[in-house]
Amino acid sequence: MTPASSPTSENRALRRLSSLVAGRLVIAIPYAWLLVLFLVPFFIVFKISLSETAIAMPPYSPAFSFIHGIAGLWAEVKKLGFDNYVWLTQDNLYLFSYLSSVKIAAISTLLTLVFGYPIAYGIARAPSTLRATLLMMVILPFWTSFLIRVYAWIGILKPEGLLNQLLLWLHVIHEPLIILNTSKAVYIGIVYSYLPFMVLPLYSTLEKMDHTLIEAAEDLGCTPVSAFWKITFRLSLPGIVAGCLLVFIPAVGEFVIPDLLGGSHTLMIGKTLWNEFFENRDWPVASAVAIILLLILVVPIVYFQQAQARAEEAGR
Amino acid sequence: MPSLGSIRRSFAPWNDAAAKPYIAFENVTKKFGDFTAVDKLSLAIYEREFFALLGASGCGKSTLLRMLAGFEEPSAGRILLDGQDLAGIPPYRRPVNMMFQSYALFPHMTVEQNIAFGLKQDRMPKAEIAERVASMLKLVRLGEFARRKPHQLSGGQRQRVALARSLAKRPKVLLLDEPLGALDKKLREETQFELMDLQHELGLTFIVVTHDQEEAMTMADRIAIMDKGEVMQVATPADIYEAPATRFVADFVGTVNLFEGKVADMSGDAGRILGADGFGLRVDNLAGAKNGARAWFAVRPEKIAISAVKPADEGLNAIEGEVWDIAYLGDMTIYHVRLEDGRIVRTSSVNSRRASDEQLTWHDRAWISFRPDAGIVLTR
Amino acid sequence: MNGRKWSRFNIVSVTLGFAFLYLPIVLLVIYSFNASRLVTVWAGFSTKWYVALLTDTAMQNAAWVTLRVALISASVATVLGTMAAIALVRYTRFRGRLLFSAMIYAPLVMPDVIIGLSLLLLFVAVGLDRGFFTIVLAHITFSMCFVAVVVQSRLLTFDRSLEEAAMDLGAPPVKTFFLITLPIIMPAVVSGWMLAFTLSLDDLVVASFASGPGATTLPMKIYSQVRLGVTPEINAVCTILIAIVTTGVVIASIVNKRREVRRLRDEQAARRG
Repeated sequence: MTPASSPTSENRALRRLSSLVAGRLVIAIPYAWLLVLFLVPFFIVFKISLSETAIAMPPYSPAFSFIHGIAGLWAEVKKLGFDNYVWLTQDNLYLFSYLSSVKIAAISTLLTLVFGYPIAYGIARAPSTLRATLLMMVILPFWTSFLIRVYAWIGILKPEGLLNQLLLWLHVIHEPLIILNTSKAVYIGIVYSYLPFMVLPLYSTLEKMDHTLIEAAEDLGCTPVSAFWKITFRLSLPGIVAGCLLVFIPAVGEFVIPDLLGGSHTLMIGKTLWNEFFENRDWPVASAVAIILLLILVVPIVYFQQAQARAEEAGR
Repeated sequence: MPSLGSIRRSFAPWNDAAAKPYIAFENVTKKFGDFTAVDKLSLAIYEREFFALLGASGCGKSTLLRMLAGFEEPSAGRILLDGQDLAGIPPYRRPVNMMFQSYALFPHMTVEQNIAFGLKQDRMPKAEIAERVASMLKLVRLGEFARRKPHQLSGGQRQRVALARSLAKRPKVLLLDEPLGALDKKLREETQFELMDLQHELGLTFIVVTHDQEEAMTMADRIAIMDKGEVMQVATPADIYEAPATRFVADFVGTVNLFEGKVADMSGDAGRILGADGFGLRVDNLAGAKNGARAWFAVRPEKIAISAVKPADEGLNAIEGEVWDIAYLGDMTIYHVRLEDGRIVRTSSVNSRRASDEQLTWHDRAWISFRPDAGIVLTR
Repeated sequence: MNGRKWSRFNIVSVTLGFAFLYLPIVLLVIYSFNASRLVTVWAGFSTKWYVALLTDTAMQNAAWVTLRVALISASVATVLGTMAAIALVRYTRFRGRLLFSAMIYAPLVMPDVIIGLSLLLLFVAVGLDRGFFTIVLAHITFSMCFVAVVVQSRLLTFDRSLEEAAMDLGAPPVKTFFLITLPIIMPAVVSGWMLAFTLSLDDLVVASFASGPGATTLPMKIYSQVRLGVTPEINAVCTILIAIVTTGVVIASIVNKRREVRRLRDEQAARRG
């Protein structure tokens, strides 16, 4: 009997085939979906960022078209230009938007960390019966609409809003504070909206920490404060990094918060992109803005992915 | 070969040249990347045998079991079950079932559903399934727990559900991966005997993987001692203990004193083993050894007597030393005796009387003595 | 952390944190019952803004669109995300795995404006009419990644010997998945679905890019009204949304907690014999 015709090797082949098909499909379907709807669109964005603005629908003239064959394509390629990118460098609006986005995102990330750490620490040290409930209370606002939570601050921060009413009534101030439509309101909005994203990773590292480490440090002569810095803080660094990335990256491209709370004077790139797209209807410039934003975020995103992959490996 | 130990066996197909092995590993190798888990291993297991694979963790015993179950394919060699090559047959078509170390009870199913799972896969008629499940529940004495979920059971009950589930399909071979590892000591001892009775009653072939030598000694007809992917020795528990093939096996199973030296003065099977200090041990069983060859005389602690004065019998090997440590264990007392050259010899004596007349204590001078046939000569 | 002390500092910081998180929402809810149109001046209790909603067909239509988008996209995203999670956990080596995992993790932090713009340009490039269907496609794309992460973390702690036991007892791999694996990871799949559902319910930016003139979601409707100023009517809509989501989440967690408690009790009973 030749090996190929023996029933066992047939069995083996059949089994390989069926598990291969099932395995392939499990990978192939989501893979194909993300390729088509996540990766390919970036190339389209890039392509359109190189084309010219036109007053039409869609409001750009395509940079490539394949109707004219290779020769036609080459002719098209020659027409391509980085005009839109040149335009971005010439108008200060874009440069300022980028810089102020990064600045606002960085400062609010730091603020979120400063506010989030004591909360995460407090929950991690809460009695175990209470911890699950407290944690759920941190997550609950995350389930309620982002838009609604940002909107809620308008009524509070307005010149005649609730905060000013309270402070005036307490005689802390005599003139209403102008907070809404300034970058201060944007900081408050980001800290508020992204707080759960900071607290959760912090909590999960702090919760895992062995409290006897602190006791050992204090036993060896550390004061509580230096034990906190040398042990607790150091060991929670992975959580701090994860939390900061989870806040910083989306905050750079944030649109809703600067739009609703920041007013016209607060420049942020997400808002600029939105305006370029919906108000000026300049799709190529909007695309160029998106590409640059993506370039700014590539480093932190890759860093975030590596941290995720490490966590995944550790969990394996 | 004379029968060793205290048990006389009537079931010994491995001594019968005409008996055909039921399961045969032929030159089986399994590699995981660069790591060789099982190395050109051959093994024959007979029908109705209770066979134990004994070894430290990472010795390849579990890999061997998983290859038989079909979760791993050998990198080379073949595995035969009742003459049929198992290559390419997926686990769900093999006539073997496995009891997992973690029990692997399906947490979302009741005890009944767990036991019925395998039968349903065979599309057995409903009435038959119900009947079989009931009889399995009776077998493991879990009738009243049929509707419970696994988390509502104690450890011992879960173990019995796992056993019932793996037996429900009446497999030709039952594989047990550390079946008693998760039970506490007392329960483990009880269950060992239950498993033996069950195996005998059902007339099945059991292959058990364990790192617990006592468990293997208690239950198995034969034990394979494994180390680094290789089988060191396959033998009955008594042979493994009384006639280990190598120093590794002697040391792995139980406790042993090894006296190293060179073979001398051979006459027939008797002769001497000369130690480095010039002291010669009289030994009786030098078959196969050569004068001048390096050898070890392996003696179990319980075969060494300890006394305050030199024994009168000149035929005994007697060495003087100092009592170095004493451990009183209730049923027996263990003495560590330090010889002149600093070596420690372990002896153990059964406390058959409540009060001993020989009151040895720390730092007393003492004599250890054993017969020339008390141990075995090892050359590897 | 064990051997802890819940210090006064801990209690104060947690309390202040929760005050900060919840006060704005509470105020919003309170002022939805304000009789005055001026949102910040309390003029007595009234439910008239809720009554007004009953006749606001535009708002109701938007709510209906949002609900359908969320139901469809969450369901498809759950299937795709679960598949992606299996691919990530069970197939540690395949060509392009690095790109695959990058495409799973990137959308978790990618700014909405970029996702929205790039999807819109794709839809235009392939000539797809923008509307209900394109919003669904867009929502599936980013929420499947969240589902994948949730399910993945459950699969990582899954005891593979359960699957081996099922196969050992005669169930082929695909059947094993549906009889054993899926029922056991179901809680994670369900919370993945809930996450996808609320993400879809919340989304303003991606939907604005992906939708056409035909389809307006509730967040889009709320946004366009909010830009005109704070109104009690919007407060009322928000309150209803908050009430629905809160009820859902609280019920889910109570069910979970009950199950956990029962489980613990059973286990203790089993240990006693």
